[in-house]
Amino acid sequence: MPDTFLGLPTIAVAVLKGLAVVVVLFPVAAACSMAERKVCAWIQGRPGPNRALPPFLAWIPGIWIVQRLGIFNLMADGGKFLFKEEPLPDHVHRFYYVLAPLVAMVPAFTTVTVVPFGAYLGEGGRLVPLVLANVDVGILAVFAVASLGIYSLILAGWASNSKYPFLGGVRASAQLISYELSMTLSVLPVFLWVNEPGSPGTLSLTRAVEFQGGAWFILTMPVSALVFAVALFAETNRQPFDMPESEADLVGGFHTEYGAFKWSLFFVAEYANMIVGSAVFTLLFLGGWNILPGVPLALLLNWLHGATGSALWLSPAAAGLISTVILLAKVFSIIFVFMWVRWTVPRFRYDQVMKLGWQKLLPLSIVNLVAYTVGIALLQH
Amino acid sequence: MAVIQVQRRPLTLVERTYFPQILGGLMTTLRHLLGPAETMEYPEQRPAIPPHYRGVPTLVRDPKGREKCVSCQLCEFVCPPKAIRITPGSIPGDSENANVEKAPQAFDIDMLRCIYCGLCEEVCPEEAIFLQDVYSMSGYSRAEMVNHKDRLYEMGGTLPDRHLKWEAKKAAELGGGHA
Repeated sequence: MPDTFLGLPTIAVAVLKGLAVVVVLFPVAAACSMAERKVCAWIQGRPGPNRALPPFLAWIPGIWIVQRLGIFNLMADGGKFLFKEEPLPDHVHRFYYVLAPLVAMVPAFTTVTVVPFGAYLGEGGRLVPLVLANVDVGILAVFAVASLGIYSLILAGWASNSKYPFLGGVRASAQLISYELSMTLSVLPVFLWVNEPGSPGTLSLTRAVEFQGGAWFILTMPVSALVFAVALFAETNRQPFDMPESEADLVGGFHTEYGAFKWSLFFVAEYANMIVGSAVFTLLFLGGWNILPGVPLALLLNWLHGATGSALWLSPAAAGLISTVILLAKVFSIIFVFMWVRWTVPRFRYDQVMKLGWQKLLPLSIVNLVAYTVGIALLQH
Repeated sequence: MAVIQVQRRPLTLVERTYFPQILGGLMTTLRHLLGPAETMEYPEQRPAIPPHYRGVPTLVRDPKGREKCVSCQLCEFVCPPKAIRITPGSIPGDSENANVEKAPQAFDIDMLRCIYCGLCEEVCPEEAIFLQDVYSMSGYSRAEMVNHKDRLYEMGGTLPDRHLKWEAKKAAELGGGHA
């Protein structure tokens, strides 16, 4: 990133970046919860939340569109969660009970810092990612920090000191262990391919996107993409894998004893995890900020330049904006698929989840890894 | 006891991957997602009420605007939850309908008691009380939930009457029919 932070000290810059994450991701994650309710409603043939409207805004022409989309319901929900009474049950382990929602937020908001959300072309056509912390271990950092998120579920389950949350926490840990393996193994072929002989070794997500200027990895490695997608559903505790929550058999699962803002923090964390997970999937398999397979960002910008004759398209700002819009469009499409699947597929039984994880996905990802290792070795020699 | 062993076809390999079923389900939900909403947005949109719907009991007038109730109190006596209270009154002699002799002075139906059974409609010899298409009632107090005579007539309106029996009777008396 260029030094555009007005020469502020490093700590101030870091605080600003951190605030940016919270200020952007928190409302987006909250908006996702409204999107979830709307998608659910439309799938079930209902209009969904569409009534709330502050009377002092009613005079604005066209405000009904915002009203029909339930934006004010979302604000009312948020306000309610902030101001309603938060009962603290007598039987919980107080310190850990309060700690758990905070623990949920930290990894959810930390992973986003290493995810590049756009890029522009620096000097000499070098791709410069727009990312808060441009670390070379990219995907490793995401995996390492994202798996910490499950501790909040286990902590919440245990600290609630009652049986259903405890079962939810136990399920969460079992599910995490089962699917983390397949997820990691499914990503390895991607980086085997990216780290071609002669190039410096990297786990950077930016490099993976740059590599997909031609064919996207979802086309060249469909099995990896499939295993990663399924594991992503399981890791983010989404239907049909929402074992820790599982309101039919576990009341509310790990958050049974939670209410008000602490409860909503769990949900914001879940949606933040979804956003980051979808972003990682997009970067690894869907070509990141490349608009179509075979059309890298630089080519698109050159076309736009050629078509309009305006040099504006070649400026870093235009490139950064376009790449970010492309990436976000893909991320939100994937989040829509998450919701679409949730309201379509019934929840798996616990034994089915375990069976699928250990007996199907894990062998599949191992075979996939071996096959691609051999294939890539043959190709690159 | 007869036990019937059902032979279940084992799932094929494709079925065991869950994918055909999941994709089929996704198509079904997508169709619903893009289709119109099935729900009615209630206070603005109202359902069409079928004829002979048994809603809130109301009092009706005949096509000439005469109130049909003659305060015989049969409905009051038949009402199982005792929701109806009638104070009988008489029609003054100079009235056009003086030959009917009686009309309710007050007619109250307590909608907190009414069970919508329709016995009042069934028992009424004058066809004066009908359960019609009003189905939602609300109020802030118990007193508001009692329908008085004026509101009962307002909700009831006018229903066609093929007999007009009191007019027939008056005509017969004036014409010197059998007394």
